[in-house]
Amino acid sequence: MSALSQRIAALGHGFVSMITGLGAFARLFGAILARSGVVLRRPRLTAQQVHFIGNHSLLIIGVSGLFVGFVLGLQGYYTLNRYGSEEALGLLVALSLTRELGPVVTALLFAGRAGTSLTAEIGLMKAGEQLAAMEVMAVDPIRRVLAPRFWGGVIAMPVLAAVFSMVGVLGGWFVGVVLIGIDPGAFWSQMQGGVDVIDDVLNGVIKSLVFGVVVTLIALHQGWTARATPEGVSRATTRTVVSGALAVLGLDFLLTALMFAH
Amino acid sequence: MTREKTDFWVGLFIMLGLVALAFLALRAGNMSSFSFTPTYRVQAHFDNVGGLKIRAPVKSSGVVVGRVAAIGFDNQRFQATVALDLEQPYAFPKDTSASILTSGLLGEQYVGLTPGGDDKNLADGGTIEFTQSAVVLEDLISKFLYSSAEKEGTKAGPDAGGAAAQAAGH
Repeated sequence: MSALSQRIAALGHGFVSMITGLGAFARLFGAILARSGVVLRRPRLTAQQVHFIGNHSLLIIGVSGLFVGFVLGLQGYYTLNRYGSEEALGLLVALSLTRELGPVVTALLFAGRAGTSLTAEIGLMKAGEQLAAMEVMAVDPIRRVLAPRFWGGVIAMPVLAAVFSMVGVLGGWFVGVVLIGIDPGAFWSQMQGGVDVIDDVLNGVIKSLVFGVVVTLIALHQGWTARATPEGVSRATTRTVVSGALAVLGLDFLLTALMFAH
Repeated sequence: MTREKTDFWVGLFIMLGLVALAFLALRAGNMSSFSFTPTYRVQAHFDNVGGLKIRAPVKSSGVVVGRVAAIGFDNQRFQATVALDLEQPYAFPKDTSASILTSGLLGEQYVGLTPGGDDKNLADGGTIEFTQSAVVLEDLISKFLYSSAEKEGTKAGPDAGGAAAQAAGH
């Protein structure tokens, strides 16, 4: 009987701590938003973070986009060829990239490339008691450290996703038109006929913006709540990638259902 | 890294993002087909619009002359009301007829305009009187089945195909 009640208590404890975690997450989000005036007052801080998060991620995003485009071109050609409609390859590549792969794969890479470094940086600041020292000097660490990083990530993510999609479309064009020899006119005109600026391109940008907010916030939250030990920081970094990826994939399903269901 | 250098690279990064978005909108998307020429609106009533969608092209002789602006249902006439935005330089006679056609076997549906011979032209807010509905595949099949069954009944041939062949031979 006591074993059973312990199980039930453990379940309850897990549920309560999950809700508490969500609450702490939402409160950190609110605290960052409330202190976002620093972005306008000291834009240099945010620019530095855009440089750190965005520019340094360009290489991995560009190369990944190129190869995803190559593979989409090859696989799409293989399937479309059976139905004699290879010209639709451009449409297939552009729609898959702008709607899904661009925002989602970029967000996954972003969690791995930029999210981990944000978590580790803040976790180590906390372990080295730099954040506590800031508070002693009456500098608000959320204002000075978290808010610029948050907005840096939110600005960088849609840019990276757009670059990913563009490079991917060019990769699909290279495989389809240059290597396989699909008619370039049909390739582009089918693409332009089927990709809508608002329904597809703009919705993709909205998706990438949402993913940027979520992934950056998860990374900051994990660093902010990490235990101030080497092990705690390493765990927080792992959790950033795991929860970031899960949040992106789950949200992607929700957003897709909302945007493209009609 | 100095401040100016950081600023420069961040500016370049943002510019790259804008270029990528412009590429997606203009080269991959249909932004370039958005026309900003002034348009005038005319109405047309159809018995059945089939799979016609908003922003579908309006073509005359195969050339795009406008877009479908809105599709609604008129509860007085029990017909679909389609609003067409025609581009200003193109003028059509008042007795122009509109029909809903399909590009290719499985392609998208569009509105085709066939000009009439009236002296007066359609103006903003005008109505196209002569319309032809979209072809619905089920209706077509049921008509075919009905007519072949009828033939079978009158000729009492061995099968519908044979009856049709006989009818064609006569």
